[in-house]
Amino acid sequence: MLSNLPVLSLTLFMPIIGALIIIFLPKEEIRPIKYIAATSTFISLALSILIYIAYDRSLGGMQFIEHIPWIADLGVSYALGVDGISIPLMLLTNLIGFSAVYASWKVAERIKEFFILLLILISGVMGTFLTTDLFIFFLFYEVVVIPIYLLVIMWGSSKRVSKEYAGMKLTIYLLIGSAFLLTGIIALFIKAYSISGVPSMDIAALAGLEFPVGFQIFTFAFMALGFGTLLSMFPFHAWSPDGYAGAPTAVSMIHAGVLKKIGGYGLIRIGIYILPLGAQYIAPLIAVLAIGNIVYAAMICLSQKDLKYIVGYSSVSHMGYVLIGIAALNLVSLNGAVIMMFAHGVMAALFFAMIGNLYEKSHTRNVDDFGGLAHQMPRLASGFMLAGLASLGLPGLVNFIGEFTIFIGAFKEYRILTIIAVLGIVLTAVYILRTLGDVLFGPRREEWDELQDLQGPELVPLIVLGSVIILGGVYPLDIMSLINSGVEQIVMQVGLTNIQATILTGGSF
Amino acid sequence: MGSKWILEYAWLIAFLPFLAFAIIGLYLHRWPKISAYLSIASIGISSLLALGTAFAVFSTKEGVVYEAAMRWLDMPGLRVDMGMLLDPLAAVMLMVVTVVALLVQIYSLGYMHDEPGLASYYAYQSLFAGSMLGLVLANNFGQLYVFWELVGVCSYFLIGFWFGRNSAKEAAKKAFITNRVGDFAFLLGILFLQLLFGSLNYGSLATALEGYNHPATLLIVALLLFGGSIGKSAQFPLHVWLPDAMEGPTPVSALIHAATMVAAGVYLIARAFFIFSSSSEAMLIIAVVGGFTALFAASIALVLNDIKRILAYSTLSQLGYMIMAMGTGAMSASMFHLMTHAFFKSLLFLAAGSVIHALANEQDIFKMGNLYHKMPVTAGAFIVGALSLSGIPPLSGFWSKDEILAGALGSGHIILYLLGLMVALMTAFYMFRLVFVVFFGSNQAEGNPHESPWIMTAPLAILAGVSVVAGLPGSPLMKYAFGHYINTPAALHVQPGLLTMILSTLFALAGIGLAWAMYQQKLLEPRLLVGKVPKLYKLLINRYYIDEFYAWLVARVVDKSAAWLFWADINIVNRLVNNIAFFTGRSGETLRYTEDGQVQSYALYMLGGIVVILAAALYLSDVI
Repeated sequence: MLSNLPVLSLTLFMPIIGALIIIFLPKEEIRPIKYIAATSTFISLALSILIYIAYDRSLGGMQFIEHIPWIADLGVSYALGVDGISIPLMLLTNLIGFSAVYASWKVAERIKEFFILLLILISGVMGTFLTTDLFIFFLFYEVVVIPIYLLVIMWGSSKRVSKEYAGMKLTIYLLIGSAFLLTGIIALFIKAYSISGVPSMDIAALAGLEFPVGFQIFTFAFMALGFGTLLSMFPFHAWSPDGYAGAPTAVSMIHAGVLKKIGGYGLIRIGIYILPLGAQYIAPLIAVLAIGNIVYAAMICLSQKDLKYIVGYSSVSHMGYVLIGIAALNLVSLNGAVIMMFAHGVMAALFFAMIGNLYEKSHTRNVDDFGGLAHQMPRLASGFMLAGLASLGLPGLVNFIGEFTIFIGAFKEYRILTIIAVLGIVLTAVYILRTLGDVLFGPRREEWDELQDLQGPELVPLIVLGSVIILGGVYPLDIMSLINSGVEQIVMQVGLTNIQATILTGGSF
Repeated sequence: MGSKWILEYAWLIAFLPFLAFAIIGLYLHRWPKISAYLSIASIGISSLLALGTAFAVFSTKEGVVYEAAMRWLDMPGLRVDMGMLLDPLAAVMLMVVTVVALLVQIYSLGYMHDEPGLASYYAYQSLFAGSMLGLVLANNFGQLYVFWELVGVCSYFLIGFWFGRNSAKEAAKKAFITNRVGDFAFLLGILFLQLLFGSLNYGSLATALEGYNHPATLLIVALLLFGGSIGKSAQFPLHVWLPDAMEGPTPVSALIHAATMVAAGVYLIARAFFIFSSSSEAMLIIAVVGGFTALFAASIALVLNDIKRILAYSTLSQLGYMIMAMGTGAMSASMFHLMTHAFFKSLLFLAAGSVIHALANEQDIFKMGNLYHKMPVTAGAFIVGALSLSGIPPLSGFWSKDEILAGALGSGHIILYLLGLMVALMTAFYMFRLVFVVFFGSNQAEGNPHESPWIMTAPLAILAGVSVVAGLPGSPLMKYAFGHYINTPAALHVQPGLLTMILSTLFALAGIGLAWAMYQQKLLEPRLLVGKVPKLYKLLINRYYIDEFYAWLVARVVDKSAAWLFWADINIVNRLVNNIAFFTGRSGETLRYTEDGQVQSYALYMLGGIVVILAAALYLSDVI
């Protein structure tokens, strides 16, 4: 049923189609604009849920493939396909995309332009997860940059830093990442061409080639820098807190929720898959930096007062778990890294949605300005609570699955580093519970009596993201078996080359 | 055996409260009364099922063992099941937890009757009951950890139930974070188990451990797991959260912070006894930590004035007793005491709650007095609990405590044995100091206190009855000792001798006598005693300044370094990056002047370039 339709293309371009329709609407038609944005992201979400269900796990590998040759000389094709790693991230994009539209329901200025850019952004991010072609991957990555910049400088907010500074910083970092990435891609392409004699940008085809060890190390290092920056790897994380603080709610949600995850996805899908020997060589360094993320950023969270900075640094800290999961390079740890990306995405998006809502009404994000909000806004409080408990890795919520799986996997490879990483669960509990306590609990403060609790469209992000957090945490079996079917292939690649590596180098790198 | 079919349905024991939680949370939160009844109904059915399960398990002489599980998290290299391991140990715990939870929930109908958040109170109660029972049922460490954290978060919610109070907010946070410190170690222990043995299932681990012979590793693993117990069972030095946890409603203190959740740390040691007992060094450390906590907490309880805090420190002390017993190898004695303590301590808390309820939330014992005549049922129940806790025969506490003492003596820990006797004296003293002051003292309480409604006194009466008889399995009246029922190897079970029984009774009576002399007969003025040792008193009343030390540590060390790191992040890491951007900008500015649009200057640059390249080529060709 699904296989006869270009279902991935439909999912991918639905938001852009929505944007195109909005372009032709007069800017006063606020309601239709919002409804079209909501409908188009909803269709994408529904389709990605269908794909999640219809994907055949016993078969594994890329499914729902679409392939249209494009630039023959470069071996570029418009090629789409999804497997156990990309489906969760596609689903994540659409969960957040749909929620982000509702989180932006109260945007007041330039509504038409806002939603057009937001929809383009959603499609752009999704494209990177859906394509199986390196060139197209890069193309979509670049598509993301422009709406991000405009959204931040036009609809952002200025606190510690101005929104212009934040927008510039976000964009420049994205571009630095892409510069490294482009270098890596070109190197890969040329080297592959010289080995196989056929020009190809197909990721699987590239992964089938055996690149020399030195080349792998060199290229993987470039990729790691590019993707690592995107994933806010220590010490290339400085964009993240400032950027999120300056960005409007929807952009913070999408950026922290999914855009960042392109970094982790790229490291796995492109870095490890194509360059397994390079990955093995660089991985210990990544593991060390991951500890920097986890502990250093969590410590900084303790000193933050702006809610967005807390979640911003917290997001840097959580990416450390993903990084050490990737760096451990075994099946369990990589499974953990993928579910952690998904889990963190949903959680961060919910957190930013709640913060955005509160900021919209109170015009402050300073923890000290609040207290006892659970009296006036019980629904908002439960949203905060849910996001916070997910963030500190409470079992029964999906983030715990990520942390636990990563720890089990990483502990096999890095004993000491993992022990330090587990320290993160204590630090996270401290800053999360402090924040939640100071904002939500304590005596009622009368200056906030006027605040309206969440209602109507504002409830959508809480319901959508909240139920995913709980569902994934209570019943992780299903999504984990999907992820496992995808990760197994990557690990097989690493496993095969593991043997090669020992033969090649005799253990001395 | 006809009753074994029930074992297949034992998962319902944990599932029903979860179901009640979900229904209340999703649909019923606007109907507090219906929520309460649903919650009570679910735990009621659970307790019937638990009783049925216990019957089935104890239906044979050796006890039935039944294990079933479903996959929860499954991938090559990691498997966590949601399962149930039903054996005598679990059966005893299931009974204790369901019965106490049921009585506490019924009591709460009276205690919390005018509470606006009643629906969420019962939602949390149900969530707690489900999690605690899931913890008890667990057949592997993964599942144990999941429910371990969930009972922790229920405790967080219920301590902070009156979230409008700053003290409640702080206490809830403190409880969770302190527990997280213990769980840090606990989780590492679990990671080690998975790494070393490739499984988290109790049975598989026990088999794998048989041929394992690395004492150092076992010591580390056992101590890491014990870290979890230290947090959850509030042992020194992570005990600080439990007294503060008294900010929660009193029924919560009775159920979670006296009878069940805090005992989970003891249950963990019993469950993983095959790991702990394989490292004698770990056992010694456990015994010492437990013994120290027992003494340390009892010493603080001597001087406090807050009725709930006295009981809280008493709980710490009794948990220390149980942990000490585990460390001396007296596993069955420890579990026995866990059971009797669950009954008489929840009784004491609920009776204290009844007093607090009658006195409009007064908790200072010196503002109470002569309540025996006004609240006879409450007073009677409290006194039964106090006698049991003090270890007066033939009440339940006597039998279980003597088994602990016998265990210490039997394993040659003579110092711990003496320490145990000392604690018995102190316990009797602080309990009867409380009894004499509150129920017989001459101070007059404000207002006109009267007995609580039957919905509160009925659970008290039941618990009082149970506290009297719960010691029977350990008494000579029964054919088997308690250890038999929970299937302990005979070597691990020591029956107390007559000497221990007499000694412990004498010590307890001495404590009661001293309290009577000081607080009832005023033969000895407490204030004079304080004047004799002012420094010691100050140390005790300030709880050895441990809370202050932690507060200092957090404010001066943790928060200072956090602030410093933030400064460094902005001014070093961030500036580095910004400087690169600045440098790029400046280079552009400078280089701009070379692009002046003059053909002749471009030609000049070109010439210069050619010269440089030529020179380089010549030089390189020479070199190579």
